[in-house]
Amino acid sequence: MAADFDTPELFNNIEIIDTPKYEADTMAHSSPYVAKAVHNEKLGFPGELVDNWEQKAVSRLGELVDGSRALRTFLDSCVKCGACTDKCHYYLGTKDPKNMPVARQDLLRSIYRRYYTVSGKYFPKLVGARDMDKSVLDEWYSYFHQCSQCRRCSVFCPYGIDTAEISMAARDIMDTVGKGQKYCNEILGKLQTVGNNLGLPKPALLDTLEGLEEEVEEDTGVAVKYPLDVKGADVLLITPSADFFAEPHIDGLIGYGKVFHQAGISWTLSSYASEAANFSMFIGSGDNLKKVAQRIRDAAEELGVKRIIVGECGHAWRVAYSFWNTLIGPFDFLDPRYPAPQHIVEFTYDLIQRGALNLDKEANDHRRITFHDSCNVARASRMGNIPGGQFILPRALIKASANHFFDMAPETIHENTFCCGGGGGLLTDDLLELRIKGAMPRMQALKQVVDEHNVNSMVAICAICKAQFNKALPAYQFPMDMITSLHQVVGDAIQLGTKD
Amino acid sequence: MTLSVVFAILFYAAALLLIGGLARKIMVYSRTPAPLKIPTTPAPTTKSGVVWRMTKEVTVFQSLFKSNKWIWLFGWVFHVALALVLLRHLRYFQEPVWTVVTLIQPFGKYAAFAMLIGLGGLWARRFLVDRVRYITNLSDHLMLALLVAIGLSGLGIKYLAHTDIVALKTYMLGLLYFDLQPLPSDGFVLLHLSLVIILMVIFPISKLLHVPGLFFMPTRNQVDNPREVRHTAGWTAE
Repeated sequence: MAADFDTPELFNNIEIIDTPKYEADTMAHSSPYVAKAVHNEKLGFPGELVDNWEQKAVSRLGELVDGSRALRTFLDSCVKCGACTDKCHYYLGTKDPKNMPVARQDLLRSIYRRYYTVSGKYFPKLVGARDMDKSVLDEWYSYFHQCSQCRRCSVFCPYGIDTAEISMAARDIMDTVGKGQKYCNEILGKLQTVGNNLGLPKPALLDTLEGLEEEVEEDTGVAVKYPLDVKGADVLLITPSADFFAEPHIDGLIGYGKVFHQAGISWTLSSYASEAANFSMFIGSGDNLKKVAQRIRDAAEELGVKRIIVGECGHAWRVAYSFWNTLIGPFDFLDPRYPAPQHIVEFTYDLIQRGALNLDKEANDHRRITFHDSCNVARASRMGNIPGGQFILPRALIKASANHFFDMAPETIHENTFCCGGGGGLLTDDLLELRIKGAMPRMQALKQVVDEHNVNSMVAICAICKAQFNKALPAYQFPMDMITSLHQVVGDAIQLGTKD
Repeated sequence: MTLSVVFAILFYAAALLLIGGLARKIMVYSRTPAPLKIPTTPAPTTKSGVVWRMTKEVTVFQSLFKSNKWIWLFGWVFHVALALVLLRHLRYFQEPVWTVVTLIQPFGKYAAFAMLIGLGGLWARRFLVDRVRYITNLSDHLMLALLVAIGLSGLGIKYLAHTDIVALKTYMLGLLYFDLQPLPSDGFVLLHLSLVIILMVIFPISKLLHVPGLFFMPTRNQVDNPREVRHTAGWTAE
């Protein structure tokens, strides 16, 4: 468990984020549990730290650089201008200088320089090049698990250098030499054996969904269906498994069902691919990324659906939107009239545009809503047909379903959004201190809209954000249930029974 | 005359290293695959959109402007001034001189000062801002020192100890046409030329690689259309 720590204080004035002076090594003690041999081996990695791991790590780095133009240009081109130094939520929250994006990159860059560049081979001291040794590995294990791969630094870098790619590479190297992280690797193992991150077997899923049907019918008097493994349905919904049981995720799932019900579109979940998340991205593993994605294509073909729609999950949407076509496409077996895949927000937005949903905004009058742009949606994917659609569409859904909406400060939303602090495979209790401190900038911006507009509800469209805010909100003296699924807001506004 | 020969050899060697080194790096960058689509959003959805995005990045440093006004100010002033100074120097390598080059001469003179101000600001940040001090390597200081010294020695030729500029130009044109001419051996000239030679040599093995690198960044140069166009490269093409 995490040691005792102080939650950063929030300020009352509007100056959103104060850039702290750095304090070296404040988070040197923070690192996640190491994966057991069995978890590493399931994913094709050595169980434990291999012999001559130093050479193996260096040669794996070489392979990765040869295979990734991004990594190569990112490692070569940084001029240390400092533009990124105050942009990472973990730096702002922890003051540890190694959480400044450029310094985090340098943990890897120093090794790249030493073994793969002229200057680092002959003048290591001059350019900050280091030999690969145990202290470097320990530092990597600690600080590359203090990056949520949110890409905020990439927005602000004059060249677009993306620390997420560098942290993925470092984690890949660590996995390759047998030093895996427990949380990610264990979850990926469960996904392979049971079909979802949480290890929920089919009977448990069925039970949950039947329970939901009863609950919704009790509340609304309408028999909304939550179908599983229905062959020939039009839509396959792929959603994070947290939607099946966690709060407030499940309220989102209830909302999806109401949308499908009123639109009269047949849909199904899949027990085989009952998980949208693909943690392979967090550990930078291409093989696993493809294997995990392939389940979705297999399920879609098996069920014979015409469309695939992805539920509220940030990195899952990044993988789906940006990588699925590459990894498991082309989707020529689906209905070409719809983008493949489609986000549930795009889907609902289209229905609203076409007047297919009856929404009563007043049903949400008890909510004063702000919206948290989840990092992977905001900075790594898109919705709709226009650049920035991922900012416009979710807000349009909220405004169509509720009367009171207030955005947080502009420097903290859209592509400038602050990560929740729990993304990138860090949503584990052994990193709680990091998570709470990393949430500070988002909490600061939230406090402003709470103070000014009495906001009582923060809507998010990412399963990790929702779970993370469950922990972060109380730490900053906000009510835990402020965090709300977007499709709960939509679902509450839908006038069931008025379109039948 | 020995000096003329030594500098001629150094110049040819430095030019070979600079051009060969950069060409090699550019080849490596273009041959290294980008297996996945990773543009930083909001990203353009068309190729012309990407060209516009890159143009803004290269000419007005759009992202840097967004990140930090001080770094932008000093960095942008330095780069624009450097560009003017370089253009102005073309007149030492041309006969006849392009009209454009003639026209910018008056601005080029002041650009040298602007360049030094920009560099001074950037260097000051490396001492005054604790975060920037933390990330600074010795090589970052040396690079700034080199550029400042090049600027100062150039101004030395202009304002302190004039050299025979006609002879210097004859020497430079001689280098271009492989027809060796005598090099004026004034102190500032020799210093200026030596430092430029050093800069040429380290360019392809230093952080100055950001110049070609910028154009190859997938986060900036990719079109945001993964659903419309199936992208494969490297391991995703296997």
